Amino acid sequence: MGGELATDKHVLYILSVEKRKDDFESVAMEHLRMNGAYWGLTALDLMGKLDTVDVDEVVSWVLSCQHESGGFGGNVGHDPHLLYTLSAVQVLALFHKLDVIDVDKVTNYIVSLQNEDGSFSGDIWGEVDTRFSYIAICCLSILRRLDKINVEKAVKYIISCKNMDGGFGCTPGGESHAGQIFCCVGALAITGSLDLVDKDLLGWWLCERQVKSGGLNGRPEKLPDVCYSWWVLSSLIMIDRVHWISKEKLVKFILDCQDTENGGISDRPDDAVDVFHTYFGVAGLSLLEYPGLKPIDPAYALPVDVVNQIFFSK
Amino acid sequence: MHGRPRKPLKQEDTAALSAKAEHLRSLQSHFLANHHNRVYTKEALDVNAKLVESNPEWQTCWNYRKLAVQHFLSAASDSDSDVKSILDQELRVVENALRKNYKSYGAWHHRKWVLSKGHSSIDNELRLLDAFQKQDPRNFHAWNYRRFVTALMKRSDEDELKYTEEVIGANFSNYSAWHNRSILLSNLLQRKAEGYFPKENVLEEEYELVHNALFTDPDDQSGWFYHLWLIDQTVKTDAPLLVSSWPSHGSTINLQRNKCLFGSGSSVLNCTLSNIGKFPVILYFSQAVEGINSSTVTVKSDVLNVDVVWKPLSTNNSNTSQVWVTYLNIGNMELQLSKTYPLEISLGHSQGIVSSSGYHFGHPTQIAFKLCILTAHREPAEGEGEKMTSWDDHHFRAVEHFQESESILTTDQLTSENDHNQPTSNWSVETIVKEIAEFRDLLSESDCKLGKLTLARLLSALDSLSSKHAKKMAHADEVLQLYDDLMLLDPIHSLYYKDKRSLTLLHQITSTRESLLPYCHYYEGATKTIADYVCVRLQNLSLSRIGCAENLLWVQMLDLSHNELQSIEGLEAMQLLSCLNLSHNKFGSFTALGPLRFLQSLKVLNISNNEIGSHSIDTRRYLCSSPLSHTEEFAWDRFEILAGSFNATKFWEAFLIFDSLNLTELDIKGNAVDDENFKLFLVKVLPTLKWLDGGELS
Repeated sequence: MGGELATDKHVLYILSVEKRKDDFESVAMEHLRMNGAYWGLTALDLMGKLDTVDVDEVVSWVLSCQHESGGFGGNVGHDPHLLYTLSAVQVLALFHKLDVIDVDKVTNYIVSLQNEDGSFSGDIWGEVDTRFSYIAICCLSILRRLDKINVEKAVKYIISCKNMDGGFGCTPGGESHAGQIFCCVGALAITGSLDLVDKDLLGWWLCERQVKSGGLNGRPEKLPDVCYSWWVLSSLIMIDRVHWISKEKLVKFILDCQDTENGGISDRPDDAVDVFHTYFGVAGLSLLEYPGLKPIDPAYALPVDVVNQIFFSK
Repeated sequence: MHGRPRKPLKQEDTAALSAKAEHLRSLQSHFLANHHNRVYTKEALDVNAKLVESNPEWQTCWNYRKLAVQHFLSAASDSDSDVKSILDQELRVVENALRKNYKSYGAWHHRKWVLSKGHSSIDNELRLLDAFQKQDPRNFHAWNYRRFVTALMKRSDEDELKYTEEVIGANFSNYSAWHNRSILLSNLLQRKAEGYFPKENVLEEEYELVHNALFTDPDDQSGWFYHLWLIDQTVKTDAPLLVSSWPSHGSTINLQRNKCLFGSGSSVLNCTLSNIGKFPVILYFSQAVEGINSSTVTVKSDVLNVDVVWKPLSTNNSNTSQVWVTYLNIGNMELQLSKTYPLEISLGHSQGIVSSSGYHFGHPTQIAFKLCILTAHREPAEGEGEKMTSWDDHHFRAVEHFQESESILTTDQLTSENDHNQPTSNWSVETIVKEIAEFRDLLSESDCKLGKLTLARLLSALDSLSSKHAKKMAHADEVLQLYDDLMLLDPIHSLYYKDKRSLTLLHQITSTRESLLPYCHYYEGATKTIADYVCVRLQNLSLSRIGCAENLLWVQMLDLSHNELQSIEGLEAMQLLSCLNLSHNKFGSFTALGPLRFLQSLKVLNISNNEIGSHSIDTRRYLCSSPLSHTEEFAWDRFEILAGSFNATKFWEAFLIFDSLNLTELDIKGNAVDDENFKLFLVKVLPTLKWLDGGELS
């Protein structure tokens, strides 16, 4: 409980999860192993320990999850989906290995999923959600191919999901939710459209997610959860309203959710840890400028040095 | 794992889990083999059905089911009953999966996919939803599905609105229901459905409904945002309006013969503008608009007959902005001494100026002003005018009263000039007054945060409504006190209240000439040739945020030092700004200075003693135009010419900002970033610089 960030323990925890492939949890999470790889590896990078993993092994596994359509599956032999395509691209970006993929092929897959109204489907089966708009936009921007989609329509669709509280839902009419808000604000940030966000209104909604314990919830009258340290915090940073919450109290809440014995971070103090919350906890602390952690970019969800490398080297 | 306690597993649990894992893995590999070989036998489908119950988030499982359905449908006869039984089977599988995990995106989507085929009865769906919504009244998947089903059923918005009322009646603490109510009501109001027009009556009932929630438990957030939305519906005007302009209507702009510009009266228009022979016309709207161009805005003048190019002052890609500017080129004109040249700018006579939300600017507006050429201006002698700007108190002399001719403009004059603005409806004012009474009542019973915050907002809203009738910020003092209270009452959000407080204070200060007077000083430290420079000094006011630029468009010298600012959003509107003091604030990055890039005339900038370089996270990173947000290409060629030996991944922010400025004086000391290497960089990207950190550059 509490104290300081148990970096070494968390590094060991993340590395151990990878090895326990036969645990029930691991088996049940097989379908999103690509997301898991992104969460674990990004957390390692933020803690300065990415060099503990075998790059070639990871890269060749990521490639083995690519489908002939250009999209990536959550694991070997699984169907491709935008959810895993972004994670795959992000993992490759972490290792500066974007050159191993056929960029045009991945781009074509993503481009093929934009609908007439500007929205994106997650895969060929047509589920539409603003999460997929973010993924498509973020992924194409990392690949330097944002010009291949109709950005104006994509932005228009996202704005059509804006609510009276300044937040955003999955589809037009959908209730605002911190995770969804991150996706929409992130997509608008990457497309230079943050002027369409009502920053004061949304900022008030977001800052009111902080509850007395210091933790953040994802919607009004819900329990706090470490994962919102990412969704809420990154959104507040992108619209420059992060000073509206108490950073000290949030740092304490995240640290209270650590398993200081066996490593890992959970949703709330004393709950079971997992890689998902470990990543969001570490990423949240990075956004809070916790000493010793690399800074993370609030829109691309990658370390700032990785993002700067992509955009500011010739 | 969400909500599962952290505890070591007992031995027998470990064994049981391991058996469970083995079972699941065998189902998975069995299923994947079937999927890859396109096996759609009953047994294969049963394996899949078991799997979607334990792994409902595995998209591939649902994809397989869709392929199977397509396979069966293509083989089935056209008879409705065959098709229906194939699809009904799917609905049963989804229902079972949802009973295990009603938050599964994949399961809900599969149900939509099946229903969209149009062969299934939808009558059962609302019953199913009722069960799920009772179990978890906040489940947003269920609410999304409800909107999908009611649209499919063509159930009316009115009926759904009644449903939200029932849900709220049963328990007002249901944000999801309030949210859905706002969506439905917006639709009904927008299409002026029967019984929902005019909106006044409807909103009155809504206020009552939400009062019940707010006054029962003011700490429950469920109704907060709905109430704020109602206030917004009461106060706002849809159509964009022109809030202010520079030059203002009826003003005279005095020009020096050597092309130096003067504002009307004695405040000197800086010489930068004169050097390029241009002066700005600024249009400031109540909301962001697009479509400002030479066909929507006409400039009439005997001497100027060139096409005027309007530019939005914004860093976004949407080409909309609240503030638009054009620079009139007077450099080539043959203007005669002591003669006045009338100019007239008119807009709103034709359609084309549209707000982001699609409303047209429809008030024909005219801004007529005069250019006048004054006596020849003495050329400064060699070495004269080469004096560093000083912000010390003793260089400033209080302005005791404004000259009649001075172009100090505040809202009071603007409104009397622009009385074509929509009259405020009595209903809006009455409603806000009524709400104020309600919340004063609430506060007399309990000292709650919502009560104080809402009261502060209502009083500000009332002031902004009545400022159109010349009552000036009558409640500002009370509002400031409420924000002070809130900072103590709710310390985790104290900076939210501080920002709001800052804006209120600036509104109060800039609302009239009288209120602004104490903050205006003549600057006497400049070159001998330029006397009586009016500086607006807003230092030491605990400002954490700036605003009201629309009232300060005329300002050329501004002191905002010793505040708590971390951004200057909105400052870009002040196109005449030439000297700016931002020292002793909380600016944390160069990107925070983004708005300065629009200020062509900025010469003197003091940004000393801030926090630039001290932060690893940049909160302005996406609010400043850059390649990260696709708002700007990085000027590699210029970077390499000017600063080739520096690393772009480290210096890009500073380069973006300073490469666009023409500063002669810069003070940046007292920031973490300011070291010798950085100074070398600055000198390279700012060739115009004469003074750096108080020292003259050789």
